[in-house]
Amino acid sequence: MSDNPFSLWVYLSQSPLLWLTVTLLTYAVADAVSLKTQRHPLANPVLHSMWIIGVFLLVTGTSYTTYFGGAQFVHFLLGPATVALAVPLYENRKVVAAAILPMLVALVVGSVTAIVSVVVLAEAVGLPRGIILSLAPKSVTAGVAMGISESLHADPSLTAVSVVLTGIMGAVIVTPLMNRTGITDFRARGFAVGLAAHGIGTARAFQVDAVAGVFAGIAMSLNALVTSLLVPLAVTLLIR
Amino acid sequence: MIASLSLILLCQLTGEVMVRGLGLPMPGPVVGLVILLSLLLARDRFAIMARGPLQGDGVEGTSRGLLAHLSLLFIPAGVGVVQKLDLLAEHGVAILGILAVSVVVTLLVTVATFLVASRLMTRGSKP
Repeated sequence: MSDNPFSLWVYLSQSPLLWLTVTLLTYAVADAVSLKTQRHPLANPVLHSMWIIGVFLLVTGTSYTTYFGGAQFVHFLLGPATVALAVPLYENRKVVAAAILPMLVALVVGSVTAIVSVVVLAEAVGLPRGIILSLAPKSVTAGVAMGISESLHADPSLTAVSVVLTGIMGAVIVTPLMNRTGITDFRARGFAVGLAAHGIGTARAFQVDAVAGVFAGIAMSLNALVTSLLVPLAVTLLIR
Repeated sequence: MIASLSLILLCQLTGEVMVRGLGLPMPGPVVGLVILLSLLLARDRFAIMARGPLQGDGVEGTSRGLLAHLSLLFIPAGVGVVQKLDLLAEHGVAILGILAVSVVVTLLVTVATFLVASRLMTRGSKP
């Protein structure tokens, strides 16, 4: 046992172990609460883990870089998880093949809407150019969006934040929105949330319905492709 | 489990190599997804491929495990918001408002397009 508790804190707060544990533990609790509330949209585990860890970092005066030293092991798994989407796609290949045409049309229209709406609105309220560029790829999964942002010389860390915020909003809003508009086709609901709100939306879709989850996963991976092609084009056309 | 995870990483690695090597305008993991999907489809066609992680429920089980907690993986990027507090203090309301409107519009437009297209298709296939 260290005779000075402060030196123990100094040691632990610099080690990846502490921050990895904090991330997993906070998520485990947030997820358990979400399960207790029958997956209520407002009990979204990402939303609550994010602010709890954020407040903890601010209170303890820990820098994000130090935190990320531990959390990067979780962040890394975004790539393999994208590859793993091949499995639900494979298992539902018959349902998917039957809906290939509506999917492709909805993909193009939805992807253009996601980019154009955010750029036009941001221009309208007069946000600085750097921020608009960072917001443009917000509907695709974090790793891809940060890559697009980098290639536009925008701010990848702001992009990551807007990606996660978009994902949370989409995941929170999709169920009430679709129930209110009376849409019962879970293929369409899933596809929309995967396109608009990438992995966080896809995670939400899997909670609600397996078919919705599969379509969300497809929309998320296809949108990653389309958006990386469309954002540079949209930016040159829309931003003066 | 280890073999299945290796296969997933190998698909991603091949994807990254192809994207960098050929200068493809798409993310490496998405190419990895296509590779894994092709492997699974090829296994059904050629019995000789059904070995290692491609037999039984190997790579399928591991993938389901990874996807079961997809939301967890976004938390490290999301906590990055602590670096942007000054920017959010200045433009936060505008940014949040824009993202919210955009996400609702995108959801509605996408879902409507999907439904209209699928309705037109079923009508088209009936004589």
